[in-house]
This record gives sequence, structure tokens and C-alpha cells, in this order.
Amino acid sequence: MIQVKGLTKYYGEHAAIHDLNFEIQRGEVIGFLGLNGAGKTTTLKILGCVLLPTAGEVTVDGIDIARDPHAVRRRIGLLPDTPPLYNEMTVGRYLRFAAELRGVAANDATTAVTEAEEKTALRDKHDELISSLSHGYRQRVGVAQALVHKPKLLILDEPTSGLDPVQIVEMRSMIRALRGEHTILLSSHILSEISQTCDRLLVIQKGEIVAQGSEQDLATQLGGGGTIEVEIAGAAQRAIDVVKTVTGIGTCRVLRDSDGVALVSMEGSPDLRPKVARALVQNGIDLLRIDRGAARLESIFLKLTSKEGPQ
Amino acid sequence: MNATFLIARRELGAYFRSMTGYVIAAAVLIIDGLLFNAFALGGPDKLSAEVLSLFFYFSSGTTIIASVFISMRLLAEERQTGTLVLLTSSPVQDWEIVFGKFLSAFTFLAIMTLATVYMPAMIFVNGKISFGHMAAGYLGLLLLGSATIALGTFGSAIARTQVLAAIFSGCIVVALIVCWLLSKVTERPLSDVFVALALHGKHFPPFQSGTVHLRDVVYYLMVTYVALFAATRVMESRRWK
Repeated sequence: MIQVKGLTKYYGEHAAIHDLNFEIQRGEVIGFLGLNGAGKTTTLKILGCVLLPTAGEVTVDGIDIARDPHAVRRRIGLLPDTPPLYNEMTVGRYLRFAAELRGVAANDATTAVTEAEEKTALRDKHDELISSLSHGYRQRVGVAQALVHKPKLLILDEPTSGLDPVQIVEMRSMIRALRGEHTILLSSHILSEISQTCDRLLVIQKGEIVAQGSEQDLATQLGGGGTIEVEIAGAAQRAIDVVKTVTGIGTCRVLRDSDGVALVSMEGSPDLRPKVARALVQNGIDLLRIDRGAARLESIFLKLTSKEGPQ
Repeated sequence: MNATFLIARRELGAYFRSMTGYVIAAAVLIIDGLLFNAFALGGPDKLSAEVLSLFFYFSSGTTIIASVFISMRLLAEERQTGTLVLLTSSPVQDWEIVFGKFLSAFTFLAIMTLATVYMPAMIFVNGKISFGHMAAGYLGLLLLGSATIALGTFGSAIARTQVLAAIFSGCIVVALIVCWLLSKVTERPLSDVFVALALHGKHFPPFQSGTVHLRDVVYYLMVTYVALFAATRVMESRRWK
């Protein structure tokens, strides 16, 4: 769906992004993760045909954005970091304007607006002025304008920015519901949002992609063999002594030890789980649970972004 | 072209849905009325044609000032509020955005200008003036407004804020008006250049007195074209920045 090769953008002497390379398949939900100023918005604006790159090649659906930006724009719906809303318009009129601007025929615009309002739960706000809407609803109108012309690719720049927890959950489920119908590229620095919504992550740091893959892939890449968590009845130290005898198990940490139940995390490939379980049971330890260690996105992210970033 | 009309229609609606549009229109109509009453109708007895000429003379001043204020918001406000990206990410050419914006401001100015028609109508009823004089005067006002709004659109394209846009376009308009004064104090061929550039002193008076010269029409259309062309180039260059 999207192919990015050697994408570079300079603002004066400063390289906002440098030599980005990645691909996105049709139907994927991709999380674009990075700290503020990492180059996320610049990349998304280039993909949305708002900015032109200094160098590199971007194709959407096989169409080069530099050669035929109009054809690409018809296939894209962009929600920028600040939703582009006209306060003096009603939701319905605004969405109709956005639809017709993106080439939806006047006869089909009413249906397109109704569908977009239904997908974003805005039906009852159709006749309300945008200026009277809460931040959460304004954000929804922003998403609705991005998808009103049924684009193949949805680009959402920080869609949950400034929302309260309830609104974040609603936005997240809305984005999940759009999965399948659109390829979605979503940027955020809110890690849980990326983790819960996306199939794959692109981590950008100082204008370069420093890692890409699923959350588990990244955890494996960065944490060597990954981690295993075991929950046992009894003292943690006894379990640690036993699992250390298993070849391939590294440092162990006690995550919790209370009320006769201990939770221990150990470095080691998740493939070693059968051996660990066998060792514990053979040594008479009551095993309550054994699982792949929860690879916390925060720790992956911190590891990636604390590396010396490429200049 | 369809996108141009869509943008123009939305923008025109914004003038009528916001206070700014009504405040500018009200201010222009009040000032036009006061000037007409005080200077065109007041003073010693005049011929009807002279009264009409003075009306167009004063209206040209308010048209220039109003055009600067009407056009300052066109692109600068969209940039300030972040709505410009809706247009620039849509399958719309930059010239369509610029022309749509210009068209809305020009339509608003035209409606406002035509609302002053009751003043010449009073002269028509009570005196003796020709339709041709009225039509030429209004054509001049609309052409002058078109050129000034186009310059304002250019100012709005280069400025980050509406206030800066008004200052930029105000400076350009004043510079073009001052060309007439500069032509008086310079030698040929420089004075000829200044005369040709003068926004008001050279090109408007014929309309004011009921005469339409093709060269004046061409001048205002050329200023409009060049300013809109420059605004479009500014929009395109921003995609690189």
C-alpha cells in the first residue's frame, strides 16, 4: 500500500527526517511511535501530500506522491495534530464540504456524510455548530472528515491528544472498528494507545526509523531471548534457585512476594517454558501460572529512544 | 474549478456567519454615507454629475481600506487556526484555493458596494445623471476592489497572522498609491513608470467621471492576475518549507 524509500526532509539546515525506509501492507494498522520532535508529523504530512520531501520516494497504491499528488490525495484521509475545523459551520455542513472537496459527487455527499457520522457516533450532532462541541467530539469530527470520502489510507496524527480517559477508550474502539476497511497509520507518543490498537510499530527517533515490527518482535530484538514470568505458591527464592539450574535462564527478579504467592520474572527465551515448568514441578514447587514475560512497551520505547540517536 | 466554487461558497458563508463581515460592511456603509452627505451633497451647489463623481471618489477610498480588511483573513486565518491543511491535503490545486478565496472576498465586497447604490439613486431621482456614468463608476470601484483584494490575498498568503497580513497588504497598496505622487517629482522615463503603476491617481479618475478606458481596465485586471499568481506561488513554495 505504501512504500517509502530514502525519505528525507530538511527545514533549512536541519534534517527533520533522514533516509526513512519502510513499507505498509494493505489493511495493516501501523503505529508510528516517537518522542515529540522525532519527525512523526513531518513524515505524516509528506504521506498526506501536504509537504513535499527534499529527497526520497513515496508511493501510495503504486502512485508516486511527487508525480501525481492529486491521485494520492483522493486515496488518503488525513487528521492532523490539530483537527482542521471551521467553528462557524455545523457538523453536517462541514462534513459535506470536506466530502465534496475530496471529490465525492454532490448526489452522493449526503450518504457519505451519514456513513461518516455513524462510524464516528456523530449522528446526533449533525446540526450542531462545531464551536459548541467538546474537545472529544471535535476530535471525532476530525476523524469523520478524514474518512468521509472513504479513503484507502487513513493517517491519524495523535488522535487521542488532549482527550480524557473515557474519550481515549472511545477513540481507541472507534479506530479498531475502522480496521479492515482502511489501512491506518496512527502516530502517538502515548504508548498504551499504540500497543492496544496497532498490528505493527515503526519507532522513529531523531528523524530516523530505529526499529520496526510487532511489539513482541521488538521485545525479542531488544531483550535478547525475551522474558518468562512464573507465579508459584511458596517462597520466591526457592523457585529462583531451581530455575537457575535450567540452561538458558539468566537473571531473575522477584516482582511480587506476598501471602504465600510469588511472581518471578526471568530472562530467557519463551521457548524454555516447558523446561522451567518441569524443573519447578519436579522440585515440588506448586506452579500456579507460567507465561511469556509481558514485554512492556514503555521499556522497549525507552530502550530505543535512550540509544544514541543517529545524527 | 468546482473546488474553487466550493471554497468560495464556504468562505462567503463564513463572512455572513461571523461578526467581522458585518462590522466591516456596517463601517463602510456608515463612512460612505457620512462622506456622501458631508462632501458630495454639502458645500456649494454642484452639478449632479459632479456630486456623483465625488461619491465615487470617496467610495474608492473606503473600498481600498475595506478590501485590505476583508482579505487579511483569507489564508492567514486558515494558517493560524490550522484549517489550511484540510484544503492542502485535498485533491485541489493551489491556484483553486487562492482563486476560491479571492472570489469569496470579491463577492462580499461587490455585495457591500452594491448596497451603496441608494446614494447615486437619490441623485438620479433628484438630479440629472446618466446610467452610463453610474455603471462606469461602479465598474471602477469593483475593478479597484478586485486589484486591492488580490493584493490582500497575496499579503495573507505570505503572513503568519491576520494583523501582519493587513500590514503587508496595506504597505503594498500605499506604495502603489504613492506612485502617483512620485510621478510628480520624478523625471521621465521614471515618472512614466510611476504613472503606469499608480493604483488610484492615474487609473481611477476616468471611471469616476464616467469614462471607461481599456488601458485602466487592463491595469486593474493585470494587478489582480499578478497578485493572485504570486499568492499561488507562495502557497506552492510553502509545501517545500
